Amino acid sequence: MKKYYLGIDLGSTTSKAVIIDENDKIVGRGITNTRANYKVAADIAREEAIYDARFNLLQQKIDKNLVEKPEFKKYMKDLRSVFQYGQFKRRFDSLEKLLVATVQDYTYANKATILEKLREILNTIKPQIEHEFINEDLGSRNQFFRDIVSEKYNAEVEKKGAENFEPLMLAFDKSITPTENEMVQYNFKELVLEAMKTLDEKYKGLADQQEDGKHEDWYYAELNAVKNNYKNVEFTLRDHIEEIVNEEINIAKMTGTGYGRALLPFPEDCIKSEILCHAFGAHAVFPNTRTVLDIGGQDTKAIQVDSHGLVTSFHMNDRCAAGCGRYLGYIADEFGLSLNELGPEANKATKETTICSTCTVFAGAEVKELLHNGEERPNILAGLHKAIIQRAMSLIARSGGVKNEFTFTGGVARNEAIVKYVKQMVFDSYGEVTMNIHTDSIFMGALGGAMFARRNINTDLPTTKDKKEATAE
Amino acid sequence: MSQEAIKERSMVLQKEMVEGLFNDLDRAKELGKKVCYTFVPGNLSELIRTFDMLPVYPEINALQSAMRKKSASYIKEAERNAHSEDVCTYVKCDVGMMMKGNIGPTGTKIPEPDVLLLSYTGCFTFMKWFETLKREYPNAKVIMVHTPYQENAQMTPQMVEYMVKQFKEEVIPQMEEVTGIKYDEAKLKKILEYSKEAEDWITKIFDTTKHRPSPIDAYFAGVYYIGPINIGFRGTPEAVEYYKELYSEIQERIRLGLGPVTPEGEMKEEKYRLVVEGPPNWTSFREFWKIFYDMGAVIVASSYTKVGGVYDLGWRHNPEKPLESLAEYCMNCYTNLNIPQRIDLLSKCITEYEADGYVTNSIKSCNSFSAGQLGMMREIEDRLEVPVGFIESDLVDPRYFSYSNIKNRLESYFQMLAQRKMMENQNA
Repeated sequence: MKKYYLGIDLGSTTSKAVIIDENDKIVGRGITNTRANYKVAADIAREEAIYDARFNLLQQKIDKNLVEKPEFKKYMKDLRSVFQYGQFKRRFDSLEKLLVATVQDYTYANKATILEKLREILNTIKPQIEHEFINEDLGSRNQFFRDIVSEKYNAEVEKKGAENFEPLMLAFDKSITPTENEMVQYNFKELVLEAMKTLDEKYKGLADQQEDGKHEDWYYAELNAVKNNYKNVEFTLRDHIEEIVNEEINIAKMTGTGYGRALLPFPEDCIKSEILCHAFGAHAVFPNTRTVLDIGGQDTKAIQVDSHGLVTSFHMNDRCAAGCGRYLGYIADEFGLSLNELGPEANKATKETTICSTCTVFAGAEVKELLHNGEERPNILAGLHKAIIQRAMSLIARSGGVKNEFTFTGGVARNEAIVKYVKQMVFDSYGEVTMNIHTDSIFMGALGGAMFARRNINTDLPTTKDKKEATAE
Repeated sequence: MSQEAIKERSMVLQKEMVEGLFNDLDRAKELGKKVCYTFVPGNLSELIRTFDMLPVYPEINALQSAMRKKSASYIKEAERNAHSEDVCTYVKCDVGMMMKGNIGPTGTKIPEPDVLLLSYTGCFTFMKWFETLKREYPNAKVIMVHTPYQENAQMTPQMVEYMVKQFKEEVIPQMEEVTGIKYDEAKLKKILEYSKEAEDWITKIFDTTKHRPSPIDAYFAGVYYIGPINIGFRGTPEAVEYYKELYSEIQERIRLGLGPVTPEGEMKEEKYRLVVEGPPNWTSFREFWKIFYDMGAVIVASSYTKVGGVYDLGWRHNPEKPLESLAEYCMNCYTNLNIPQRIDLLSKCITEYEADGYVTNSIKSCNSFSAGQLGMMREIEDRLEVPVGFIESDLVDPRYFSYSNIKNRLESYFQMLAQRKMMENQNA
């Protein structure tokens, strides 16, 4: 039986899981937002990584088809998105029940109206979200349950009149957290088959797409190919699905890391510092790495590693988390943008407005003042991005500077404006240095954890009994 | 080891000394003794004793208040009276304590100063501190000595002469005036004999960390060991007796192959040997210590235990040259050494005591310690290829001790050490 190894990185903002095989190759990765119940966050990340691993195994089986036939590529992409809708829908059903129950418990005089408005909202957003998952690839946008629902819900609440605003928002606030903290079990096979059925209906009714110039050529090619050949894809997949579903993803060992690692129900020797994990992960992906910069939700870490990927020294932000990922989240809220929009918007700047980088909350006030004075939004954003990197550069200097090669990891490394300033400032201070950024940079800590699990942890997995005890404490 | 056994005779002796001093302070008027406030680095304990004065060390009171969880309210009191958040927390704790009635850490009232004696000027805050106290105690005589910094890593005859001149022309005449006692050099010489002897013993004690396992923790327990020598008992037969006793107790631990004593009994396994730079945090002293001993880390040397005097390199008080040796003593305290000297001293500790790592505890409100710490750390890392760690906390302000942050960093640091050890063993 094949052995797999799991690394879980419980960060302050997101929880990540990575599964590797016996050759350190990543077979699955999962991510979710960290929530009050850490165990649920970790379990969801792990489940997601296992689903991902199954999909990847499935893709391996049809490897040749994927390369040669556009309909396979399109189908698999759609299948994943619709699969995610299946998961989403189950959680949404729980939320719906809880919302209704919450409102039914209200003592407001206009309770009946509120309930009616709530049902209207739910009936509006449900098909909206379904449509986006099935037809607009919502699944690939890395949005979490809470983000998807609250965006839609808030927009609808706005339309329901000021008198209903408070009770409707209160119902949401009261219901979303328990819903998120509940562990929902899914049946992989059931979800996949359900997703295939949905796709069958979708493609059946699909009209030929005319090239209207809105998309790249491959888009139409894939779409038309899948429309004409989806039955063939389905047929091929059905051959493999049974096999994939029955394939046991046997996690031989695991390691927990990250800010919340102490709360993971793992034995002590299965817990590793995120410093070591990030460095090890980054080094595995880029073996010439000597300096790692990781910007996470509340930590910025500058780490020096040797040729084996072992940490020789590190420095972290202390006392204050201004300039970390959460800072970007806060700034995004201030501007009413999503996190993904921040970087592109900042890159439109014609200059960088100087922003004091010492405090997240004060930066918010500074932003308002600058906007009031007529400063352009992209310029302010550019200044904010630059300020974050200035702080990071100071930490790097304190840890011993940048050595070649330099690897940038953490969720913030997905932001293109951040990357631009890191490149620029590393060059200014340290000259020409090879800089590595991986699309999976957010998973580096979990990857390093999984690699530690494979190497030097000789204890057995915690049994279910251990887990229960740990949770009971 | 049982709780009973932990209360060794040396501890009893120390307790008696401290209580005796505070009792005397409480009865200073009755005893007809004058009171001299002074600071630990470069303290002129022997001279104070020659004039029969009782010493008060505001920093010691501050750290004791912190260990008794009283510093937060004192600091708040000082801040209410316009001391900024960035002022040294020792100062604020002391000022706050004074404003709240000057009840000392042992519960007895601390008398007003007759003399404010500043004999170390490497810390600018000390000067400002006494300027503040001068306003509160207008009757106190302020005696300030300028102590030259060891800029060129040496104490030249001119520097010694410059300081002796200040002793002769400023310090001694003013002390005579306040106490009405004539300066008695023979008495000073006698006191210095005891100082020298106590210094010999304490050097031997801190040298026992050469053993494996180390029988003592030279930081967390070390701060207790330096107590008598830093609070005015240097130059007394009591101190000599205390250190002799302590040394023999440690010898017994070595004979039995025992590790250091911690608040939770004996440390079972010595996994890591560390050298620590910087003062400890006092408000969460126990929790801070626990992080180390839980990980099996013992501190084999620390710079903080040298603030009251650096004896490692052979320097001692010299009864033959009393004033000259007092001058040298002032100039030779740890924070008066230049940065390369400090690096050399710490490197020597790391090498001689075979430390696995070097940790800096950077103190928010202490400039004389924090300045240069990062550079020192980098230099030591480069020179000795020893894994270094850096944490930040504060002296006596509980608001600046973040347990989870410090634990997180230290955990990472210890795992890094473990990894390095594993690699070394594999390569060996």
